[in-house]
Amino acid sequence: MNKNGFLYKIYDLYSDGFRNMRLGKTLWAIILIKLFIIFVVLKIFFFPNFLKQHANGDEASFVATELTERAQ
Amino acid sequence: MFNHLFLDIDAGTIDWSRAQFALTAIYHWLFVPLTLGLAVIMGIVETYYYRTKDEFWKDAAKFWQKLFGINFAMGVATGIILEFEFGTNWSNYSWFVGDIFGAPLAIEGIVAFFMESTFVAVMYFGWKKVSPGFHLASTWLTGLGATISAWWILVANAWMQYPVGCEFNPDTMRNEMVSFAEVALSPFAVSKFCHTVTSAWIIGAIFCVGVCCWYLMKKRDTKLATESMKIGAAVGLVASLLAGATGHKSAQDVAAVQPMKLAAMEALYDGGTDIGLKIIEGIEVPNALSFMATNDFHGYVPGINDILNGYTTPDGKVEPSIDEKIERGKKAITALANYRQAKFNSSDDGSAAAYNLGVLKENMKYFGYGYIKDKNDAVPPVLINFWAFRVMVGLGGLFILFFAVVLFMTYKKDVTNLKSWHYWTAIILIPLGYIGSESGWLVAEFGRQPWTIQDMLPTWAAVSDLQSSSVAITFFLFLILFTTMLAVEINILLKQIKKGPEYSVK
Repeated sequence: MNKNGFLYKIYDLYSDGFRNMRLGKTLWAIILIKLFIIFVVLKIFFFPNFLKQHANGDEASFVATELTERAQ
Repeated sequence: MFNHLFLDIDAGTIDWSRAQFALTAIYHWLFVPLTLGLAVIMGIVETYYYRTKDEFWKDAAKFWQKLFGINFAMGVATGIILEFEFGTNWSNYSWFVGDIFGAPLAIEGIVAFFMESTFVAVMYFGWKKVSPGFHLASTWLTGLGATISAWWILVANAWMQYPVGCEFNPDTMRNEMVSFAEVALSPFAVSKFCHTVTSAWIIGAIFCVGVCCWYLMKKRDTKLATESMKIGAAVGLVASLLAGATGHKSAQDVAAVQPMKLAAMEALYDGGTDIGLKIIEGIEVPNALSFMATNDFHGYVPGINDILNGYTTPDGKVEPSIDEKIERGKKAITALANYRQAKFNSSDDGSAAAYNLGVLKENMKYFGYGYIKDKNDAVPPVLINFWAFRVMVGLGGLFILFFAVVLFMTYKKDVTNLKSWHYWTAIILIPLGYIGSESGWLVAEFGRQPWTIQDMLPTWAAVSDLQSSSVAITFFLFLILFTTMLAVEINILLKQIKKGPEYSVK
């Protein structure tokens, strides 16, 4: 790969940067753990899409019924 | 405030969902303002390096960027959880707001990802790889990226407070955007953005001055501390003056579109002209509320009772009572039901649907009032609003004084040999900065109760029909998760502050 090329410079920026991280490694570990908790644990087990589960594909009718009945 | 925590399931769901959203937003807002504030500090410090080529400034910039990075890493993606809550706990709301919410949030996600992943990398990895000018630009663009993210989030929030640029489609049951410019450049959004961002700069400045004072108290890193403190104090003074000015504009916006919030902030029950601003109950600044709300010392400000019972402004504008709005709201909801019945479930020739559509459009402005059973339910919690507003404004005033004194002392006195209480004062102000900032959000969000969308959808219509126990479980799960994250951040931050900057020239 041409070491003076633009793409190599970008690659070098990131690879060299990640390789020489010190505190950054800890922070990345925390970010990855956090993302795992948010997107895997919380999203899948605790935050389902309520309408997808209850509206049977007709969200507009479901919400219309909800909103008109709650005004009774 | 939360009236139904241990009552029946439906009511409990509303309050637990509100409590959970508030908890998430409050924790999220612990990370965001420091990111926005430190971005300015580190940008200015690196600008000094760019101009002087003095290695000291490079080391100082790296130090503040390191603290910025810790806070950034802890805060990143915490806001995503709010979007999960929309889909699960607030599904009616989520559907009802339609693409109006989706567009700003999508732009925020894309801009944040590309700007931040590019320029943060250059800022941290690029010191020896790119020119000083490009590096400096990347540092400022990192801050700008975070600020632009804040812009789109605040546009979404402002729309809930002042829904513009949209039209409700009864076929899809969604609000549809008719003017992107009206949504994105709503005057309410502009004021909110300016006030919120300048208040975030205050947090960055207080943090900077507090850290510097700790070093001065410990008699170490004195050059970094004194030089950074000058920058922190200058940023803080400018930011707190700007926050005052933008706060004044925000108050006028609130007076114009959310008069009930303003009345609750002031615990003003009976309004009129020449209204004073209460410092505390019984002590007031004459005519100041009229000025704050209308830019006129003799301006008219309605009170809670006026809004409940209806009022006429001195220039002849008639505002209907809450009872009248409730009637019109009920008409709108009935018309919606009849329209959908005629359109989708009967052999209507189109005339019934057209008639009901007309009734709906005529009364749509008051749609949300149709869910209100008692007019007093339209009054937000007055005590919280009253005191949160005073805490915010009081601390804002204190910060102006504080930064002015610190700025004077850094230029005119030897700040390396002060008595320790001077330094402690600055350190103690760090949590007070957060309290002031969070109080601002309490005013904004408690003040608009009971509305999730002003006049359109109250909380009890917006919430999903969930079991309150499931929302309560995730509330405590978040409490543990966020508290752990905050503890980790504070721990890493303190360790790095204690470690101090790394000097390339000993």
